[in-house]
Amino acid sequence: MDQKKSTLDLFHDLDLATELRLGLPGSNDQPEIIKTSLSGNKRSSSEMGSSTCTDEQESRFSPPTKEQVVGWPPVRSYRKNILQVKKTDSDTGSGMYVKVSMDGAPYLRKLDLKMYKSYEELMKGLQVMFKCIIGLYSEREGYNGSQHVPTYEDKDGDWMLVGDVPWDMFISSCKRLRIMKSCEARGLGDCV
Amino acid sequence: MALSFPEEVLEHVFSFITSHTDRNTVSLVCKSWYEIERWCRRRVFIGNCYAVSPGIMIRRFPEVRCVELKGKPHFADFNLVPDGWGGYFYPWVCEMSRAYPWLEEIRLKRMVVSDEGLELVSKAFKNFKVLVLSSCEGFSTDGLAAIAANCRNLRELDLRESEVEDLSGHWLSHFPDSCTSLQSLNMSCLSSEVSFSALQRLIARSPNLKTLRLNRAVPLEKLSTLLHRAPQLVELGTGAYSAEARPDVCSNLAEAFSRCKELKGLSGFWDVVPFYLPAIYSVCSRLTSLNLSYATIQSPDVTKIVTQCPNLQSLSVLDYIEDTGLNALSLSCKDLRELRVFPSDPFVADANVSLTEQGLVAVSEGCYKLQSVLYFCRQMSNSALTTIAKNRPNLNCFRLCILEPRAPDYLTLEPLDNGFGAIVENCKQLQRLSLSGLLTDRVFEYIGKRAKKLEMLSIAFAGDSDLGLHHVLSGCDSLRKLEIRDCPFGDKALLANVSKLETMRSLWMSSCSVSLGACKRLSQKMPRLNVEVIDEQGDLDSRPDSSPVEKLYVYRTVAGPRLDMPSFIRNMAQNPTYMR
Repeated sequence: MDQKKSTLDLFHDLDLATELRLGLPGSNDQPEIIKTSLSGNKRSSSEMGSSTCTDEQESRFSPPTKEQVVGWPPVRSYRKNILQVKKTDSDTGSGMYVKVSMDGAPYLRKLDLKMYKSYEELMKGLQVMFKCIIGLYSEREGYNGSQHVPTYEDKDGDWMLVGDVPWDMFISSCKRLRIMKSCEARGLGDCV
Repeated sequence: MALSFPEEVLEHVFSFITSHTDRNTVSLVCKSWYEIERWCRRRVFIGNCYAVSPGIMIRRFPEVRCVELKGKPHFADFNLVPDGWGGYFYPWVCEMSRAYPWLEEIRLKRMVVSDEGLELVSKAFKNFKVLVLSSCEGFSTDGLAAIAANCRNLRELDLRESEVEDLSGHWLSHFPDSCTSLQSLNMSCLSSEVSFSALQRLIARSPNLKTLRLNRAVPLEKLSTLLHRAPQLVELGTGAYSAEARPDVCSNLAEAFSRCKELKGLSGFWDVVPFYLPAIYSVCSRLTSLNLSYATIQSPDVTKIVTQCPNLQSLSVLDYIEDTGLNALSLSCKDLRELRVFPSDPFVADANVSLTEQGLVAVSEGCYKLQSVLYFCRQMSNSALTTIAKNRPNLNCFRLCILEPRAPDYLTLEPLDNGFGAIVENCKQLQRLSLSGLLTDRVFEYIGKRAKKLEMLSIAFAGDSDLGLHHVLSGCDSLRKLEIRDCPFGDKALLANVSKLETMRSLWMSSCSVSLGACKRLSQKMPRLNVEVIDEQGDLDSRPDSSPVEKLYVYRTVAGPRLDMPSFIRNMAQNPTYMR
């Protein structure tokens, strides 16, 4: 006798072990859920023939639909709401769009700061967008060795050099970006 | 003539006996002790408001100062009890307002409280001090305004997890300037913004304020102002913990926290911005209780906090803490007694975080004093449960929720009977147990045999037959509360254990296989039980006895059938067909 279970059988066993049921437990072993949604499905292929594929077998092959069971998992509604609010905040995709201007460019662009996780990534993004080279930041010298210097306007209305403060603090205070020509940027920071 | 102590002496002795069970026992010794005890009982606890009537309570205990009442069954927390079920406070407060003019404390859980009720409380009891409304509903901020305005000696106002109709934040401004007695204020469940200056002044004139739980609307930037006025706080619940990242605000906050030398408990932390977490570091070493269960911060940030709290006894977190965080917890917090891990995304099948059974195993290994566990996770194994049981025989509360109903041991695909069996075998003092995962009748056999101290058992999507329920009802000697949903338990087990039900506070069964006829028979056999069938389909009178009931709630009572049942609840003793 073939001891090895076919994968189909294993799937069957797993499915029954974890499925949700709407009927009273113990009533019968056939999966009762999803019947209504699948009854409209066409048979997968006329080649399969009616003898080899019943409706119930089809329902096992398709991914199990999750019915939300009332009161399960046992999480209080005020907990669910808190996390829902949190989710929708990030789901709305409102992003953190700021205007970006580059000296000499005919028009401004807009950039979503939330797409970046670090200054490095932001620089890469700016360089791609404006086809410029920004160079490396150093605390002592700012952006030395490049023609362009990234600056930003903070909540107080001051123009600051990008890179001095931690990334989190930067994105929460940055109102807009401006890529200055380095000859103009002298006077900001300690660049020579 | 019996030689006995004079009444006054006995009264004095009884005044040292505070536990409800002990006082109940004292009253059973003899008739004179019963009499003396009932006149000097000051605190009454009623675990099921329908088990007794206000009149009976007042008749027996005429000099009560503190009343605690519980209403709806526990499964009401998960929306299994329909609206309009009951648990009304008003009938109680009406009678108490006449009988107990010196009432000082009212504590309610899962009851329906109205503004009229609150107004009556505020006017009828001249020395009213403590109002705790836990998971209550039915009232608005107008009711709170009455309490604030009229209770001259208010010490405690705690609205924990209640559902309040939030008309405005104006209620807080009703506390008169003369009110300086406040020791505890918990308004965390309210959404409206209160007047900050009113709040500030209230705090400033309450020198004994020890517990302050703010609501989400109190902005973080203003928290340090409040803390400066209450450096004596022992427990603080922050408001929303987010603001623009400003170093000056952060250092002000850190400084304000560091002044709170008595601070032992922290909660709140909605909308956390990690930038501000370091502000609490200075108080971490003193913390015994920390509730981060609303803080959607990732594992490194959570871990960083908990590892700085060596004196932590109670921790609530989201599963963002992950196994790594729990491991760190097990190494740092050797005094931990209680752990609660809540799911961040309970309705998603696939794990969004790396939290498995391993986290709980680690905590069970490292935290020698761990007694109470509430753990939501997506996978569990018999071997993990057995390890946990052997590590922590001192567990008294073990509530495990594997998110997927009927999930088997993920390693062996077997039921989790043996794992839970190990829990009840090793943890001999276990008082509370919640089961989940794939379970057969066998686990109930283990529970019935071994869980002799078990008082509360919660069962969902488990078991094969009536035998399972029978094991529990016939074996668990200390069982008081049993709540069951979606299990194939039916008439046989229920009818074979009718007298057991009178030794318990209550039994809840929903979506099981109990027939209408069995409910009627149960009610016939046990006249001192209220056998209440909850059925929203509306045709109970015409249904055959063989039809299954949706929900069944059985409880012992000396007050007879309820007089306030909605149309979808029937007491089987009042069944018209039974009368024939």
